Amino acid sequence: MSAVLSNHALRAPPKVWAASQATVYNDKIVRQFSVMAIVWGVVSMLVGVFIAAQMAWPELNFGIAWLSFGRLRPLHTNAAIFAFGGCALFATSYYVVQRTCQVRIISDKLAAFHFWGWQAVILAAAISLPMGYTRGKEYAELEWPIAILIALTWVAYAIVFFGTIGLRKVRHIYVANWFYGAFILAVAMLHIVNAAVVPAGWMKSYSVYAGVQDAMVQWWYGHNAVGFLLTAGFLGIVYYFIPKQAERPVYSYRLSIVHFWALIFTYMWAGPHHLHYTALPDWTQSLGVVFSLILLAPSWGGMINGVMTLSGAWHKLRDDPIIRFMIVALSFYGIATFEGPMLSIKTVNALSHYTDWNIAHVHGGTLGWVGFISMGALYFLFPRLYAQTKMHSFKAIELHFWIATVGIVFYIAAMWIAGVMQGLMWRAINPDGSLTYTFVESVKATYPFYVVRFFGGILYLTGMVIMAWNVFMTVRAGKPYDAKIPAAMAYA
Amino acid sequence: MDILFLLIPLSVILALGVMAMLAWAVWSGQFEDVDQEAQRIFQDEKLQSATSSGNSISDSDSSKA
Repeated sequence: MSAVLSNHALRAPPKVWAASQATVYNDKIVRQFSVMAIVWGVVSMLVGVFIAAQMAWPELNFGIAWLSFGRLRPLHTNAAIFAFGGCALFATSYYVVQRTCQVRIISDKLAAFHFWGWQAVILAAAISLPMGYTRGKEYAELEWPIAILIALTWVAYAIVFFGTIGLRKVRHIYVANWFYGAFILAVAMLHIVNAAVVPAGWMKSYSVYAGVQDAMVQWWYGHNAVGFLLTAGFLGIVYYFIPKQAERPVYSYRLSIVHFWALIFTYMWAGPHHLHYTALPDWTQSLGVVFSLILLAPSWGGMINGVMTLSGAWHKLRDDPIIRFMIVALSFYGIATFEGPMLSIKTVNALSHYTDWNIAHVHGGTLGWVGFISMGALYFLFPRLYAQTKMHSFKAIELHFWIATVGIVFYIAAMWIAGVMQGLMWRAINPDGSLTYTFVESVKATYPFYVVRFFGGILYLTGMVIMAWNVFMTVRAGKPYDAKIPAAMAYA
Repeated sequence: MDILFLLIPLSVILALGVMAMLAWAVWSGQFEDVDQEAQRIFQDEKLQSATSSGNSISDSDSSKA
């Protein structure tokens, strides 16, 4: 590897921008989003554990409407995906785009608006969802005034991110930025199409689409939110933070480029698999299956690329809990992206649909993949953002890893078994054609698995609380630190 | 399924946009020397520790890569 960078790799920055004259990166925005990722992580998982307990012991809603499962469940999903996952993505993307472009973000003010606007959205969600205001669309529950605020903050984010890439001093755009960029553009389009409503008052609206059309839009949105927010965005983390933590370049940079374009080209049409055996036309359902099956290839290509980055340095898996978080995250990514196409096949779906198998699938993806890769990246970030050489406690990271891993295993295994059991009980038929089991019998049979799932959730939450303590101690010992933009890299 | 008259053209436009980006990336030389690009994320730290006065976090030495 040549230590000298050839001249054509550098690029003259436009002189008019103050950002191109800055000497330090804007790491304040990274710190803000990183800290809030921890806060919302604890909150979202706490709500998750609470509603998991309600599944086993329904009287825990205490007869209070605000604490009912139907209102707290969207609060849990929004907090986990958009507050915890979102803040982790924003923090890491601001960190990565500045370092790989060798330039400060284009506008501190717009980034600040992005941060405070996003926190306002989360706060509005935390108030309006328990009050029962909802559009009734999964992962898109927030009513139209909040949806408009989301759109505004998103535009600010896009301007800052792409504007910074436009200012870059390095000609090549690092692969992680492509993933972040696709995530930003796709989520913008999905949000705008799915949030098209006719307002009927300040906190009430009706979708402009009707019936099955609305369902199709919803799951076009829903699955692509999984694809571009929960997958593409976090793959951006994979391609920067795994090489950095492993201190080795990505296994195959060529494969990462193929991975990106293949994923982006094939993702858009997997959504109909959420609507098997519904009023959606058969051919549209089949189209969804075909695209879902195709997705296995780029997904596993990316997973293997990430894991193989450790090739020749496998001992790090034993010695470094942070790299273990990241590699185990990729393993769960591999499991979830195998399970997903399998569940999309109609004959499998006939068994799995509406059962807790889906809950197992989703949480393998969120707890295992999204959660672990975010935690790994945040453990990487905090010491660097607060002028420390390492996290306050190494042992606490180890403890967090094992508690969380065991928690996931309990959670997923319980829901897998419960899901298959429910599917089999619901379809069991007596010789005379009547159903073998009533629905409530399947609920009763699921009870022990709900208790095990609750226990797994407690473990995962405990791990997150340990992380929050570790982060707090690290931040308290350090001071905010903005990294210098390397001068030698500047265009001469 | 009138909605497909919106969703399918949207996907086609998106795919065309992606193709345009890919064409730009290929023709503008984004993928000319990808092995060096994989190394670059380690390069900045080496330079940084060389230029800043010990204030920077001693990240790691990436020279062995």
